[in-house]
Amino acid sequence: MIDFEFEPKLIERLKLYHTVAEQMMRPISREYDEREHEKPWQFFETMWTAAGTAAEFQPGGRSKKDGTGGGASTRNLYTIATTEELTWGDAGLFLSLPNAGLGGAAIAAAGTPEQKQRFLGPFRGGKPKWGAMAITEPGCGSDSAAITTSAVRDGDQWVINGTKIFCTAGQMAAEKSEGFIVVWATLDKSAGRAGIKSFVVPHGTPGMTVARVENKLGIRASDTAMIVFDNCRVPLDHLLGSPEVSRERGFKDVMATFDATRPIVAAMAIGVGRAALDCVRDFLNQQKVAVRYGAGLHRLTAAERDFIEMEVQLKAARLLTWRAAWMLDAGRQNSLEASMAKAKAGLAVTQITQKAVELMGPLGYSRRMLLEKWMRDAKINDIFEGTQQINLLIVARRILGYSSRELN
Amino acid sequence: MISFEPTEEQQMIRETVAAFARDELRPAARAVDEGGAIPDGVIASASQLGLVRAWLPEEYGGDGSARSALTGAMIAEELAWGDLALAAHLTAPRLLAFPIAEQGTAAQRQRYLKRFAGASFAAGSSALIEPRYDFDLQSIATIARREGDGWILEGEKCFVPLAGESEAILVYARPGEGEGVAGFIVPRETSGLEISEAEKNMGLKGLKTYELKLAGCRVGDDALLGGEAGINFGRIVSQMRVAAVAMTAGLARAAFEYARDYAKERRAFGAPIATRQAIAFMLAEMAIEVDAMRLLAWEAAWHLDRGEDAVIESYLAKHYASAAALKVADNAVQVLGGHGYIREHPVEMWLRNARGLAAMEGLAII
Repeated sequence: MIDFEFEPKLIERLKLYHTVAEQMMRPISREYDEREHEKPWQFFETMWTAAGTAAEFQPGGRSKKDGTGGGASTRNLYTIATTEELTWGDAGLFLSLPNAGLGGAAIAAAGTPEQKQRFLGPFRGGKPKWGAMAITEPGCGSDSAAITTSAVRDGDQWVINGTKIFCTAGQMAAEKSEGFIVVWATLDKSAGRAGIKSFVVPHGTPGMTVARVENKLGIRASDTAMIVFDNCRVPLDHLLGSPEVSRERGFKDVMATFDATRPIVAAMAIGVGRAALDCVRDFLNQQKVAVRYGAGLHRLTAAERDFIEMEVQLKAARLLTWRAAWMLDAGRQNSLEASMAKAKAGLAVTQITQKAVELMGPLGYSRRMLLEKWMRDAKINDIFEGTQQINLLIVARRILGYSSRELN
Repeated sequence: MISFEPTEEQQMIRETVAAFARDELRPAARAVDEGGAIPDGVIASASQLGLVRAWLPEEYGGDGSARSALTGAMIAEELAWGDLALAAHLTAPRLLAFPIAEQGTAAQRQRYLKRFAGASFAAGSSALIEPRYDFDLQSIATIARREGDGWILEGEKCFVPLAGESEAILVYARPGEGEGVAGFIVPRETSGLEISEAEKNMGLKGLKTYELKLAGCRVGDDALLGGEAGINFGRIVSQMRVAAVAMTAGLARAAFEYARDYAKERRAFGAPIATRQAIAFMLAEMAIEVDAMRLLAWEAAWHLDRGEDAVIESYLAKHYASAAALKVADNAVQVLGGHGYIREHPVEMWLRNARGLAAMEGLAII
């Protein structure tokens, strides 16, 4: 039965998350935007400890029981709902939270139960840890099938060579905690996408080096790393899924990760968009301007029209995102819907935050307010986990029934 | 907890209506747009479906199904996928019947509902819009003045569907300056009510609409919808808006599907045009907009089904769908290029029809 209400347990949890966002993230939001590459360790410690007691406190991370992130049929909805709440607080801090992150999502999507236990189990306690995923290379981004990082078998080990860039939380995962990097590499370049597999490389593995940390437009609290693999060796059972190079299965294991992560990125966009919308609404209220819902378009001021447009675009994006996550929870193939949500939310929120800055005039541009930061933060959501265009391409292939060879 | 799964019953209704839209509405759409009469068979099949009767109480001959805005949104989408003008024509009687069923007095229900429960199509309508460039629902200027034991209605209305053949029309007016909006059930033969020739519109040609002039139009006390208690006009408006959103979603889906299929067939530079990103991305955006419109309609409908008035939800959805439907229909014409501009293909008709529902309020109700 169609329903648009979260269950009471989640509603309660969201209140808690909102408090965290408002009282712990917002106050340090500006500081860690300006002090790029520095980390709010105290905030991390608090969140890590809280996560240890409060079940699904880590978006995209572990679930209550075994840290494998599997199980509950509402897990993805919980994740996107809490993601929206925390990114309303601060998207950069959200991305920098200690958890298994996208690397964890990759293990959850492609790993065996034993691998999930082995790699994600340590995230249940001890010191704060990070997981990260390394896909993009200097020579390929959207065309992830073209990666050149290689994995060659040598006895009971894989030897990985190559350079990865734009790895979110890469430094935290590889150097600053007992975390791991999930790296995409090819077993056989001639096999194309079928040869691509993902490998778990634990922190401190010899041959893995963080070569640099990027300076960015936004989400500055989160580190984006270049990682070099130079004869980096991992045991055979660090390959996620099957080592078989199969044309049928091929890329699917690794791509399955995106079905879960794209709705999360869409939810991140929505959280930032909601922050901007709330800010503008509060300001209008202070000015005693009430948005006249129901009035004819000709009667509305330009600001009211803009606000209404922003509000409903955000809502449309949210509904598409909920649907994508709900399908995943229901065990349905959701690649189409995940890309729809991501494409919609990424663009809508990029526009919403830009419009919010515009509506607030000189105040919006000033760093006295957080609006200009949110505009910078929002933009990443239309880029990572598949750009706007890549997601449109995926939607197009699905609705047209075309393969990647037929439509590229 | 969040779910996007229709019930089995809703799924069944959807499939039934979809089959009717595919087999009856779509084949008739073009001829009706060109000025032809609606085939009797279409009207008869629609009556079989019970698009009005199903939700009327059993005591008045209806099937007594619980009215659900969500189910209604699904039906509206499927009907409009077939043809928007015919969908609006076939459901126009609801504009009179549903507000009476939900908010009318016992006497009003007794008097008016039975005719909509019969085997044959009975026209019905409501008059909401007024012929001014700056009209909106907050500025309804038709006035109802108390006089003796009745009311005198003064004002003008336009885009009143089926007014020429409806036995009665539900006219929305203000019972005094600054008062909320009330509904008055006005029999067609009432003196002081003048109904124009059918209006000539850009699209929606299968839906005959009329202008009304109300000059010293006198109705009895019993014409006031809901009696002295009045009506919840906001809820009626929301029901109208959700209907419009669901219908525009249906129209947009039709346009998207047509353009998609065409783009896979049509070849240029040695390959189907759908294999070019310029076309493929347009189609992808159209698909996203169609789904967004549907979900916004469902969400607003869900609020209505919980007994809320859903004023903001339905307004936002209508705001969104009005622009999105035009964009999708326009893109469909664009994908077909020159062929899209020719009346052999339906996309130009859908573009004209989309403008109609986007511009208008009160042409349909859930």
